[in-house]
Amino acid sequence: MNPRITLSTAGRVLRQLRHDHRTVGLVLVVPAVLLTLIKYLFEAQPAVFQGVGLIMLGVFPFILMFLVTSVAMLRERTSGTLERLLTTPLGKLDLLLGYGLAFAVAAALQAAVSTLFAYFALGLDPRGSLALVIAIAVVNALLGMALGLFASTFARNEFQAVQFMPVFALPQLLLCGLFVSRDQMAGWLQAISDALPLTYAVEALQEVGTQAEPTGTLWRDVSIVGGAVVLALILGAATLRRRSG
Amino acid sequence: MDPAITITDLAVDRGGRPVLHGLSTTIQRGSITGLLGPSGSGKTTLMRCVVGVQRVRSGAVTVLGEPAGSPALRRKVGYLTQAPSVYADLTVMENARYFASLYGVPAAEAAAAVRDVGLGQAAGQLVGSLSGGQHARASLACCLVSSPELLVLDEPTVGQDPVLRDELWGRFRAMAAAGTTLLVSSHVMDEAGRCDRLLLIREGRLIADDTVAAVRAAAGTDDLEEAFLRLIKAQEVAA
Repeated sequence: MNPRITLSTAGRVLRQLRHDHRTVGLVLVVPAVLLTLIKYLFEAQPAVFQGVGLIMLGVFPFILMFLVTSVAMLRERTSGTLERLLTTPLGKLDLLLGYGLAFAVAAALQAAVSTLFAYFALGLDPRGSLALVIAIAVVNALLGMALGLFASTFARNEFQAVQFMPVFALPQLLLCGLFVSRDQMAGWLQAISDALPLTYAVEALQEVGTQAEPTGTLWRDVSIVGGAVVLALILGAATLRRRSG
Repeated sequence: MDPAITITDLAVDRGGRPVLHGLSTTIQRGSITGLLGPSGSGKTTLMRCVVGVQRVRSGAVTVLGEPAGSPALRRKVGYLTQAPSVYADLTVMENARYFASLYGVPAAEAAAAVRDVGLGQAAGQLVGSLSGGQHARASLACCLVSSPELLVLDEPTVGQDPVLRDELWGRFRAMAAAGTTLLVSSHVMDEAGRCDRLLLIREGRLIADDTVAAVRAAAGTDDLEEAFLRLIKAQEVAA
C-alpha cells in the first residue's frame, strides 16, 4: 500500500465522476426529490415523516453507492484497465481505498445536500445533530460501496451488475425495521435482520432522531457497520486476482 | 548480461483447452523481437505470461532475472493490451498523468509520452471521443510514461495510418538503442522486417525463432509473408 497511489486513484475516480455531469446531477438532486415525495405522502402524519425521512437519508447513499461502485468496478474489469493496473506498482488496497475515499467524498456531498434540504425545506428535525446524520450517511455509502465492489465480482456484464442490487440491498431494506418494526417480525426473520449491517445503520439513525446526545447504542451500531465495511473490503480484495486463466 | 526474458517449456491452458504447448525461447536485452502468427495462435497468451497475469500449467518465465509477475517487475515492465485499456471518461492527459502517478513519475513525463505518440493536439480531449487509432495511442502513451526496461506491446500499430506507424517504429527503434527491450506482436508481415528477431507462433508452437535474415535464408525468400507460408508448409509436411 502506498498513500500517494491511493490518493491519486481517488483523484482519478473523482475526475471521472466530474466529467459525467448527468451522474453528478442525479446523485445530488434525486434524494431531495424523493424526500419531498415522502414528505407529502405522510402530510397527515408528520411524526411518520420524521422517522421515515431520516432513515431514507441513510438508505439513499447506500443504494446509490452500491450501484455506482458495482458498475464502475465492472467497467474496470471489462475495459481491461483493472488487469493493466494490476501490472503496475498499484496495490489492491490502493485501488479499494482509492475508490472508498472518492466515493466517501461524493457521499458526503450528497448527504450534506439532502440533509440540509430536508432540514430547511422539508422541516425534518432530528433531536441529535445534523452532522451525525451526515456522518452515518457516509458510513452507509461506504457500506454500499464495499458490498457493490464485492458483488461486481459475480457479474459478467452490466445487466447482471444492476440485478445484484435487489439481491444484496433489498433484503436488507425489507428487514431493517423500516417497513415492519423488528420486534413484530417472526423470530427467524429477526435473526436474519440481526445479521444484516443495514439494520444497525437504521437503528443508529433512529437513535439520532430521538436522542439529543449520541448514545452508546449509536456508537455500537456505527462500529458494527464500519466492521461490515472492512469485512466486505477484505472479501473484495480477495477477489482481485493478478493472474487469471 | 543475462537475457531480458527466458521462457522454458511453457504450457498454458485457457478455457480447458491447451493454448501453448511447451514453448521455450530467450530474448536479449536492448532488442526488438517481433511475435508473429495468425490470430488465435497464442500471441496474446504468451505476452500475458511474460507480464505475469496469465495462470500457467507448467514451465517457467524469467523476466529481467525475476520470475514473471514478481512485485519488483511492476515498475520495470510496461504492458500494452490489445484492446486499448484507458479510461474513456478521462482526457488523454488525465489518463497519462494517472498512470505516471502510479510510478511516481512527474507530470512532465506524462506530457512527453502524450507528445511521443502524436496526441499533443488531442491531450485535452476525452478518450471516449477519439478515433480508434487515437484511442490505441492514448493507451500506448500510458505504457510509455514510466520508461520501462521491458515493453510488451500487443499489436501497437493496429489501426494506425502508414505515417504514424513509421513514426512509432522509429520511436521503438530509438528506445531499443537506448537499452529498452521490446516484445511486439503483429500480424502485419511488413512490420516483421523492422524487428531484430522474429518469433513465429502457430497453434501454440514456435515454428521460427531467429533473426530476420536467418528466417529469410531458411525459407529461401526475401518476402517475409512468403517465408512464413513456406515455413508453415514445411512444418505441416514434417508433421
